[in-house]
Amino acid sequence: MDTEHEILETIEMIEEYRLDIRTVTMGINLLDCADPDPQTACERIYERIVSSARRLVPVAEGIEAELGIPIINKRISVTPISLVAGASRTEDYTCFAAALDRAAHEVGVDFLGGFSALAQKSRSAADRHLMDSLPQALATTDVVCSSVNIGSTKAGINMSAVGRMGELIREIADRTGGMGCAKLVVFCNAVGDNPFMAGAFHGVEEGDVCINVGVSGPGVVKRALDKVPDASFGGMAETIKKAAFKVTRMGQLVGTMAAERLGVPFGIVDLSLAPTAAIGDSVAEILETMGVGTVGGHGTTVALALLNDAVKKGGLMACSHVGGLSGSFIPVSEDAGMIDAVTSGVLGLDKLEAMTAICSVGLDMIAIPGDTPATTIAAMIADEAAIGMMNNKTTAVRVIPVPGAAVGDDIDFGGLLGHAPVMAVHRSDAGPLISRGGRLPAPVHSFRS
Amino acid sequence: MIAILTVTGLDHTGIVAAVSTRLAELDVNLCNISQTIMGDYFTMIAQCEFDEQAHPIESLQSDLKTVGDEQQVVIRLQSEAIFRAMHEL
Repeated sequence: MDTEHEILETIEMIEEYRLDIRTVTMGINLLDCADPDPQTACERIYERIVSSARRLVPVAEGIEAELGIPIINKRISVTPISLVAGASRTEDYTCFAAALDRAAHEVGVDFLGGFSALAQKSRSAADRHLMDSLPQALATTDVVCSSVNIGSTKAGINMSAVGRMGELIREIADRTGGMGCAKLVVFCNAVGDNPFMAGAFHGVEEGDVCINVGVSGPGVVKRALDKVPDASFGGMAETIKKAAFKVTRMGQLVGTMAAERLGVPFGIVDLSLAPTAAIGDSVAEILETMGVGTVGGHGTTVALALLNDAVKKGGLMACSHVGGLSGSFIPVSEDAGMIDAVTSGVLGLDKLEAMTAICSVGLDMIAIPGDTPATTIAAMIADEAAIGMMNNKTTAVRVIPVPGAAVGDDIDFGGLLGHAPVMAVHRSDAGPLISRGGRLPAPVHSFRS
Repeated sequence: MIAILTVTGLDHTGIVAAVSTRLAELDVNLCNISQTIMGDYFTMIAQCEFDEQAHPIESLQSDLKTVGDEQQVVIRLQSEAIFRAMHEL
């Protein structure tokens, strides 16, 4: 029997400090759904998803009720569609996105990720078709999320694909009023077991079906740090590790239960601290509790480095398999403290980029002026990819050029995506750099400095 | 299933009676029980056992919510697994 204190602590974490399971994500392999006839392939994809995930939402809701912990999203990730659709005799992959959307609605999940291409070294015809289909696919589907991997530590950076993604992000923004860009991530070093959106896909190294879990809990970490206002850096690290351990144990328990009840293997727990725009559920507020005046000021990077590392150390022992992105997310629109820091002028894109060098994942959910040139967006992607490539870590860009919006305008994305002030980008012209194209060579793996 | 029942709210006469009567009617066995009052605040924690085939936890939670509304307290019923997972190595 647990002690009364521990029972009340758990309840307090859930009810007062927003401890929740951010997502239970089912990964589904679609490789054998490929067919020369796109219609047949789409039917197979729909059937595979519906038959694999039919019980996902009711099982997750049952666990939610039984344990008394919210599971905010139920999601699906699938094999990168360019690998499946490449066999079909069509250049327009919108029909595949439509099939994914229908299947997601049929089983009642919140998001489905995997309308994706792996183009880190070079692009196949299928990768090009998928990328060219993105504006139409994202404009005509509700819950389908997309990602394109444009670089890796092993392969370097596919700068031609980077340049194209800059153009596509502008085009998607113009077609969807910006919202489509919230469903698109450009990665370097993408991982195949990430349960978080918009970048989730089911990697080719995975089995047929698995369950991955993403936890949340910035509020729990902040609350723990509130109790030790005079702790040294070592003391803060210990405090964060203990809180992260408890948060992660919830992920392990929910993942194990879900996998067992669905009769599929349990994959990983992603240790990321995922904030929401609600007060008290903010990574920025943790950093400010640690003593950073306002996030974005000097000291932010070191505080974030400690937080990110301690979360991993605490979480690693709490679960059997760790994977995904595992770190601290710093999405601007999904974090009340980040929004305030941007609004007050302390946090800018340059500091955010520095922060991404030591945490997961990258420039995330950032609204920028709608007239930002495609080459500037491409250069932002390339800079982030360079950080990921050189540091052997995952980085990503999810920026939203908002048509007609100017710096300082507040844009509401709705739901978990929150709202964000439009941020200023540097106006210097990166066009000549981006137009060079080709592939940036992979870095040397010794002589690291 | 072994579950943990917690009842919290402003103290008044009859909370324990109302909760335990309903639990008995629902065939829920109380294995261990503790209760404290801090200021005006009532807190009761109980370990209980029930047959989840006969009484799914969701239906018990729904029944207990009615009692909680009547008594103006919050009643939670959660699998013991969540507390063990969080606090035991």
